[in-house]
Amino acid sequence: MITVENLTKSFPGKGGEVRALDGVSLEVPANTILGVVGTSGAGKSTLARCIALLEQPDSGSIRVDGTDLVSLSGASLRAARRQIGVVPQNDSLLRQRTAAGNIALPLEAAKVPGPQRKQRVAELLELVGLSDKAANYPDQLSGGQRQRVAIARALAASPSVLLADEPTSALDPETTGSVLTVLDRVRSELGLTVLVVTHDMAVVRRICDDIAVLEHGRVVENGKVLDLISEPGSRTASALLPELDQVSQQHTAKYDRVADVVLVGFAAVGALLPEAASRHDVELSLLGGGMTRLNDTPVARFRIALNGERADAALKWIGERGAVVRHKPTLVAGTAA
Amino acid sequence: MRTETPWSTVFELLAETGWETLYMVALSAVFALIGGLPLGVLLHVTSPGGLRPQALTYRLLNFVVDIGRSLPFVILLIALLPVTRSIVGTTLGSTAAVVPLTVGAIPFLARLVEGALREVDTSVVEAAITTGATKPHIVRGVLLREAAPALVAGIGVTVIALIGYSAMAGVVGGGGLGDLAIRYGYQRFDTKVLISTVVVLGVFARLVQFLFDLGSRGIDRRRRVTA
Repeated sequence: MITVENLTKSFPGKGGEVRALDGVSLEVPANTILGVVGTSGAGKSTLARCIALLEQPDSGSIRVDGTDLVSLSGASLRAARRQIGVVPQNDSLLRQRTAAGNIALPLEAAKVPGPQRKQRVAELLELVGLSDKAANYPDQLSGGQRQRVAIARALAASPSVLLADEPTSALDPETTGSVLTVLDRVRSELGLTVLVVTHDMAVVRRICDDIAVLEHGRVVENGKVLDLISEPGSRTASALLPELDQVSQQHTAKYDRVADVVLVGFAAVGALLPEAASRHDVELSLLGGGMTRLNDTPVARFRIALNGERADAALKWIGERGAVVRHKPTLVAGTAA
Repeated sequence: MRTETPWSTVFELLAETGWETLYMVALSAVFALIGGLPLGVLLHVTSPGGLRPQALTYRLLNFVVDIGRSLPFVILLIALLPVTRSIVGTTLGSTAAVVPLTVGAIPFLARLVEGALREVDTSVVEAAITTGATKPHIVRGVLLREAAPALVAGIGVTVIALIGYSAMAGVVGGGGLGDLAIRYGYQRFDTKVLISTVVVLGVFARLVQFLFDLGSRGIDRRRRVTA
């Protein structure tokens, strides 16, 4: 579990100070993957560097399982760093050490004796699926394999928090998948708190339970991904849900009601709309939208059109079981057949 | 009056002075490594952006290294005479020449070491910091290890520079191939000896370059194709 409270950090820049972090607070429980997203310049890297204890924030606290790590130095700082495994951008492996040698680095730092070190390295290689690459040097590995070695290295000293800074930004979609699968396993098999800093919403879509959106050094949105997508107008919803095409006024005019609905979960996505139509005896058409998957949960956003006297009742019924945004809340009486 | 030196004498002279050069260069290279490597590490570590920036120490070391590098070797050779006497007991001979050679090579190598360490990717060093490693551990296990191929190449360059410096050892009676070339080629117009010396020195330098290149590439684990 990691708690970040009111973190601020400024850098001297041209024409005054630049506030990279402006009171950032986050809480990530154990066994959870949080995606920190935002455009470049939003403060993501600074936040990652502060949590990696590479940068000292101006104020605020970073607590791992209750202990504040911000103001430590010397041996206690080094011990704290072992609590937080860091997967840096661009793997940053030692080019002159084998995969096994790279993974052993934190164990050397923790003064783990030789035989135990070897055994632990073997376990970690197994975890990231690279047992056969132990003796290979980084330049003999693919980008995705290097990134998995970096994850294994970050996990070597058994940290309680894993921080991955843009772990997939240098990878193609296919290798991205293998790296994300490993991160997901880290959460589910080791029960770690995982923070993934990324600009890529596909990462959030694939593995994140929680999301924090950074803008100008502030957290503007934070919560469970599945909760936030049901909130109309949330940044998470607009970034993760299937797009809705603009439907012309002329086209919608022939319907009694037009609404956008967000459906979460297998049952809702599969059966809710047909059931609403038959229960309330309305004619329901899909104007746009589609389905997607968040982690393993099917999620859909549709623009639907309803015709029938009980259209409002049908929308209300759907609303009780999903999220509904109405586009034409009231229309002139008179209903079409 | 020109006297032609017979080939047999030329070979004898080359063997004798070649051995002196080898002795001076090898010994001073070892001492230069002992002195120059830590100095180079210290320069890098205390530099702005280093593991432990120390502006004052860095500027001081920088100044000393720059002075050492810019001093012509002949001047150093003479200026160090009292130091040489107190260390070796005499100011004459090959062993005495090792002192100024070492002093001249230390700042030279230190700069090369500093440059090699600076080439190590900052992100690799930061990654090591996040593992909770101590600074001495990072210097040994990361900086020196990652820079090893460049360090070996730098030592090779230093040895070749030492071969050049050692030509002036004749000034203090250190002997060596350079001294032979000056005595026979310049003072006695013996072209045969002069050319022979140049060839031997050339081969010597080339051989050193070749061996250190081989070593540098041999320990480098980058850009190797998977078997």
